[in-house]
Amino acid sequence: MHTKPANGTRRLRAPSALMAAGLLTLGTACSASDDGDVTTLTSIDYNLAEPQNGSTQAMLDECGEQAGVEIERDAQPRDQLMPSLLQGASQQELPDLMLIDNPDLPQVAATGALLPLEEAGVDTDGFYDSALEIGRHDDTLYGITAGVNGLALFTNTAMLEDADVDPPATWEELSDAADELTEGDTSGYAFSAIGHEEGTFNFEPFLWSNGGSLTELDSPEAVEALDFWSRMVEDGSVSQSVVNWSQADVNDQFLGEHVAMMVNGSWQIPVLDEEGLEYGVSPLPVPESGDDPATPMGGEVWAVAQNGGEREELAVEVLQCLLGDDNLTEWAELNAYVPAKEDLADQMAEDNPEMAPFVESVPTAQSRTAELGEDYPEVSGAIADAIQEALAGSGSAEEALGQAQQSVPTS
Amino acid sequence: MVARIGFVAPIVVYLVLFFGYPLVSNITMAMREFTAASFYTGEAPFVGFENYAAVIGDPVFGTALLNTAVFTIASLAFQFAIGLGLAVFFQRYFPLNGVLRSLLLLPWLLPLVVSGTVWRWIYDQEYGVLNQVLLGAGVIDTAMPWLSSTSMALTAVTVANIWVGIPFNMVILYGGLQGIPAQLYEAAALDGAGPWKRFSAVTWPLLRPVSAVVLMLGLVYTLKVFDVIMVLTQGGPANATQTLTTWSYSLSFQDLDFGAGAATGNMLILLALVFAVFYLRSTRQSAGAAAREAPRRRVPRLPRGRSATGGARASVAAAGEPSATEQERS
Repeated sequence: MHTKPANGTRRLRAPSALMAAGLLTLGTACSASDDGDVTTLTSIDYNLAEPQNGSTQAMLDECGEQAGVEIERDAQPRDQLMPSLLQGASQQELPDLMLIDNPDLPQVAATGALLPLEEAGVDTDGFYDSALEIGRHDDTLYGITAGVNGLALFTNTAMLEDADVDPPATWEELSDAADELTEGDTSGYAFSAIGHEEGTFNFEPFLWSNGGSLTELDSPEAVEALDFWSRMVEDGSVSQSVVNWSQADVNDQFLGEHVAMMVNGSWQIPVLDEEGLEYGVSPLPVPESGDDPATPMGGEVWAVAQNGGEREELAVEVLQCLLGDDNLTEWAELNAYVPAKEDLADQMAEDNPEMAPFVESVPTAQSRTAELGEDYPEVSGAIADAIQEALAGSGSAEEALGQAQQSVPTS
Repeated sequence: MVARIGFVAPIVVYLVLFFGYPLVSNITMAMREFTAASFYTGEAPFVGFENYAAVIGDPVFGTALLNTAVFTIASLAFQFAIGLGLAVFFQRYFPLNGVLRSLLLLPWLLPLVVSGTVWRWIYDQEYGVLNQVLLGAGVIDTAMPWLSSTSMALTAVTVANIWVGIPFNMVILYGGLQGIPAQLYEAAALDGAGPWKRFSAVTWPLLRPVSAVVLMLGLVYTLKVFDVIMVLTQGGPANATQTLTTWSYSLSFQDLDFGAGAATGNMLILLALVFAVFYLRSTRQSAGAAAREAPRRRVPRLPRGRSATGGARASVAAAGEPSATEQERS
């Protein structure tokens, strides 16, 4: 009748195959360590998308050549960067140069593995103070940024003209405009309220410009800001789906003309330009006219590992070259970032009017980790949860933020 | 003796290296305050069970535990019931049987990220096909926020996971059905048993061992489901779809609190272990019962750790009928 394959043989074969795979992994994990004269440096970043991928490589090649070293670049997917850095840290083998997202820097700096850049002689002349702030941990500069980004309001020009609406400048105008622009399948307004850092990043300008802070999440100012968000979801001018939208998803909705206005970062400009949609960019609306805008500072910072005298010196030399004016401008233009040096940024605002709102926001932009340091990721997660609870759950903004406040360390 | 050790050594080395070591270090990590800095400095102060206390005291813990239970039980029940229904259905002979059966395997063959993304589109509030169909049919008046409401997201994610798991259940149960000798059905039919009686008296008892395997594997698989939830909702909105697995990941890799993440992971392992012990005991009992009930026919002695097929043979013997394998042997 039915014959079954003898189970025994199969049971044996699987582990030996796994065993072989395991040995292979062990084999590749062992890498040669260099000694004597330093001829190569290592570098890690998450610029996997073109054109950033190619230009990062080209810039590193060029700066390596100037310093007389070869640079082995490792590009990881974004969510793999921190795990792979931590893995490196546990072997005491961090890459010489690391391009890290700025809210993650305190975590790496807290290990004590990073080189204090000012002591190492990195030149910070001409940089925005606010841009240097995102590279500091415990008042020491461990990371330096080539270019920064921030958030602004993007508006669909045709839709606003049809509805005879001007780009809003205050919260009240924003909520009226969103109402006006909501029609059928189109929502007036959108932002990312996804359950991690991106959602928090989008909420912070509203929290801060209303006078709230990351350490007092249950303050009336914070509750008012979150209430402002959830009211717009309630009245339908913002889709409830925003709780599952990343900033890229929000951009897709805007490109598909399903959303008339959105909060997003300057890095979306190349994507929008490519699609040929006509859009306007204006500073994020503030609670009352005359209030100061306060956007969180976005962008990556370069950090150098403490890998010993000669390697550190060479890495700093390469870094200095990466921060040269030409490289800064090229990098900023490719990414639609704001160059971290003031005079270069002003030049850029003149050349590209759509970048002007972002350049304007840089001097007052705040570092997300200034107050919380290495506790930031946990608090950021709690804020994202609170946002979701208020927008999609049954809780009020006050309850949700009261809950989030418990994750703020008391010290 | 030496040969015997040589034979066993590779698997022992493998288990110690890739199973024992991570497990032990996970247990020790959960008892330390292990942060990002610990990786570099190697300093992770011993805190005993503080991580466990912190995790259990966290309001998310209750939510995650309940979600894990609901998600697992609902997934298993529906996957098994639908899988069994389909397996029984495909036992009949009809044209295109084989083609259809292979097509039904598709969900199992697709990478989970792909299935997850497709389900995300289906569920989309504004443009998802599900809302369009329901609106068109007049079942609902307004588009439902399947994935963006805290009250509906868990159901939506569970349904997607059930869809993914049906083929696995169907294929294994179909295999089990094929192993039931046809003459049992003939005999039952001669005795005047109808379709339901044939199912409850022949199919179900003889399929029990295979069912136990399917459910056990399904349980372990469902407890650790990660990809589907990550793609659909990332545990949100507001932790509405957070399970112990996704929470453990987010504690470790988003909050970078590796001690707490490890503690959560260990509790998950413990949970799976409890069910595994139940399973082992139940197969041992049924094998023992078989040996008692059929003393004249010697049940072939199985080596330590009775395997699934061992259990099947034993309970076929318990039913007092010669099994396929035994017929071949005698």
